[in-house]
Amino acid sequence: MRKFKVWRGDSSGGRLNDYQVEVNEGEVVLDVIHRLQATQEPDLACRWNCKAGKCGSCSMEINGMPRLACMTRMSTFEESETVTVTPLRTFPVIRDLVTDVSYNYQKARELPAFAPPADVAPGDYRMQQIDVERSQEFRKCIECFLCQNTCHVVRDHEENKREFAGPRFFIRAAELDMHPLDARGDRKEFATQQQGLGYCNITKCCTEVCPEHIKITDNAIIPMKERVVDRRYDPLVVIARKILRRDQLPTAAPAEPTLHSPPVTVMEGKAPVDFSRSAEAAGPEVGPDGHVNLNEMLSDRVAAASPFGDQTQFPLDPGDLNYYHPDKK
Amino acid sequence: MDKYQYDVVVIGAGGAGLRAAIEARLAGKRTAIISKSLFGKAHTVMAEGGAAAAMGNVNSNDNWMVHYRDTMRGGKFLNNFRMAELHAKESPDRIWELETYGALFDRTRDGRISQRNFGGHEYPRLAHVGDRTGLELIRTLQQKIVSLQQEDKAQYGDYEARIRVFAETTITELMLSPEGAIAGAFGYYRESGEFVLFEAPAIVLATGGVGKSYKVTSNSWEYTGDGHALALRAGAKLINMEFLQFHPTGMVWPPSVKGILVTESVRGDGGILTNTLGERFMFKYVPDVFRKQYAETPEEADRWYTDPDNNRRPPELLPRDEVARAINSEVKAGRGTKSGGVYLDVSKRLPAEVIRKKLPSMYHQFKELADVDITKQPMEVGPTCHYVMGGIEVDADTAATSVPGLFAAGECSGGMHGSNRLGGNSLSDLLVFGKRAGEHAAAYASALDGRPKVRPSDVDAASEFALAPLSRDGGENPYTLQHELQEVMGSLVGIIRREGELQQAIIDLAALKERVQKVGATGGRRYNPGWHLALDLRNMLVVSECTAKAALERTESRGGHTREDYPKMDPQWRRINLVCGLAPSSGDVELTRQPVPTMRPDLLDLFDKSELAKYMTDEELSQS
Repeated sequence: MRKFKVWRGDSSGGRLNDYQVEVNEGEVVLDVIHRLQATQEPDLACRWNCKAGKCGSCSMEINGMPRLACMTRMSTFEESETVTVTPLRTFPVIRDLVTDVSYNYQKARELPAFAPPADVAPGDYRMQQIDVERSQEFRKCIECFLCQNTCHVVRDHEENKREFAGPRFFIRAAELDMHPLDARGDRKEFATQQQGLGYCNITKCCTEVCPEHIKITDNAIIPMKERVVDRRYDPLVVIARKILRRDQLPTAAPAEPTLHSPPVTVMEGKAPVDFSRSAEAAGPEVGPDGHVNLNEMLSDRVAAASPFGDQTQFPLDPGDLNYYHPDKK
Repeated sequence: MDKYQYDVVVIGAGGAGLRAAIEARLAGKRTAIISKSLFGKAHTVMAEGGAAAAMGNVNSNDNWMVHYRDTMRGGKFLNNFRMAELHAKESPDRIWELETYGALFDRTRDGRISQRNFGGHEYPRLAHVGDRTGLELIRTLQQKIVSLQQEDKAQYGDYEARIRVFAETTITELMLSPEGAIAGAFGYYRESGEFVLFEAPAIVLATGGVGKSYKVTSNSWEYTGDGHALALRAGAKLINMEFLQFHPTGMVWPPSVKGILVTESVRGDGGILTNTLGERFMFKYVPDVFRKQYAETPEEADRWYTDPDNNRRPPELLPRDEVARAINSEVKAGRGTKSGGVYLDVSKRLPAEVIRKKLPSMYHQFKELADVDITKQPMEVGPTCHYVMGGIEVDADTAATSVPGLFAAGECSGGMHGSNRLGGNSLSDLLVFGKRAGEHAAAYASALDGRPKVRPSDVDAASEFALAPLSRDGGENPYTLQHELQEVMGSLVGIIRREGELQQAIIDLAALKERVQKVGATGGRRYNPGWHLALDLRNMLVVSECTAKAALERTESRGGHTREDYPKMDPQWRRINLVCGLAPSSGDVELTRQPVPTMRPDLLDLFDKSELAKYMTDEELSQS
């Protein structure tokens, strides 16, 4: 007999109930939940499918840790320890241990799908094993959403959900970015501009809870962040910015409007500024050391560099501003 | 109650269902996908080994004819020959198509899709991704559906304009028009417990298997035979229900993961089976029909791994039923482990890092779940209920059942695999016939003049039936009933069957059927698993009844049906399919015999006369 506390309730509230349950050698937490259903609480709501750590359905928080119940062996707890089982905290509760994870399916839809190469017929795809392996790591994902649940950007911040797609979808973006034949070239830009990659400050919580041991932060998020920086400071791009007119510049980012244009709230007597909008800030050109280039010999003009960046032309394109004009949409 | 109108409703969101839905949507039909679980959690994710398709990437001698031969041999010639033919011919295209949806299979040196060896396949044939091919398949199809929704969003401003997924929704009854054609489907949302009615002229059943009626099974909770039972109640027929595949190597320790599969590729990559005496026992169990293809000594078997052209394959790679039977015999003879299994050892054959690379999720699973390191120690394995070959009788080309507007594909359909399925043939089966079902369901819907009407009285009856357990005070506990059903099926209609036990099973099932009518559920309608199980029990029971009755009738042993009292394969029985239907008055399962379709001469010519003689009667041989 072991002591269990299981959260029971729904969106209107609930509480932790105490249970005494029989536990046999070699069992996992999900076995105990099933025993509870069969013997004490037939209507205890809980999701599960494969019971083998392959489908990612039985995500819950066990003693506060986001875990798969089917992969948490009872032998990892002390004999006398009370095991506390609660629903995922980041998502709204439906009932007992079942939460509404539709946020994740929404984010999945907003990410452009694989774009097949136009001129390669089915059956003619040729890729090297070493090249597909990078994406294959991310395709191991079982969509348990534990990373989404643990990510502090959305865990207690409902307001960030609109802008932030979460680690599961950063690895999806990275997977497509690294796909040898994906025809879209703007996966990184998309991640920064539309998925809110910038919110992530690399605390690695997602990697820690991943039951598939995908190196979410090291292999997906950090490379995606670095590549975006690369491009912004790519010398060819910088030169192009200087020598080409704006309309001749290659557009790296997708031309369509952002999916997340937030609603503008206009307060009496105040400028309608929306600070949560992630617009590319205008700033001076900096070298790899993060400093403005002070060597006049290399500069294409006399005097100091503009604090707004030498490549910045005025007036600024309103689309790039962190400002919504009240007369415009 | 919510009411929706669609052109095609696909029940089931596994590989077959998603593939059917994609095809129906590509044909321009408004399509709904009904998923019992969340989107992307279907049981297809459990498939590990790969998808069989004769692409000839690894061995260029492979082609559809060789694949066809292997499939027919595996099914002991009971297969619907036309389905096996279509399957062998079309599976390469279905696999290549997945690459255009974004799938990333493992590659050969020249960058093509790599293919691996598998039990019963003459050449390396299984397209795979490590040992998580099923997950890759489901994710690819899921993402293809999302991409179709994105196209619709761009065109109509709504992701769900033409294809919508109803996650966590269960269908309890099909609705027929007064003329007897499909008119819709009735069910409930798990989340709210509210009812929902789909009005649709065409329905594709892709609900998977029936394994949850067994105690030791690799199947998930969803596998309650819903499609089988829905089709029966709508008037369609089931065939070959006596044939259940018991996977030879499921985990038997620890108890929490009893039934979970150890993929066949563990054996394909060099794993050997030994009993507690340390004997490599498979050499004793090579049946005569396979004698020529399999090694006779461990030395020859060992050489095969590096030189397959000049040596015969190890007996560990025999078809699944042979391996399952062999393990069962060893355990019965007292040479098994305490928990009723034998040892499967790959650690002595391959270096640890190669094992981790080739079988990553196996390694991971054993380490995490059982604290067993497969690179250092053997696994304890035994037979587990895995797949049902039997299913809804369909037309080979169109996947149509005998009920107008009702189609079926994947595990819930029958005929393709005959009496036994080869590993890897299920993933290609669900792609090939999922596509065909979607295509023909769409064509059927287009050809109709008007929409068949749902009768309001049927809706009332279905809702009354579904609500009954909730209002039944002191009803039977659904968990207890399921447990008892699993006991009956596991011990009396298991891997080795006997006449007396099967008769007892039929009596026990009849008694359980009475009790299931009195099943009760406590709590409310919102996400109540007890209530859901209470409703599923009816389906499990009727399908179990089909299996038990057909198993009693077939007095021979063939593929996934082993009768201890009739241990031989009988050529006369090869000519007969057992068909189950419901008697209109009593609702009892009725069994009839039906001839197996006769193979076309051009397909017959693909086989050696001497090989056919092992399966066919003299009369048939003289005709051909």
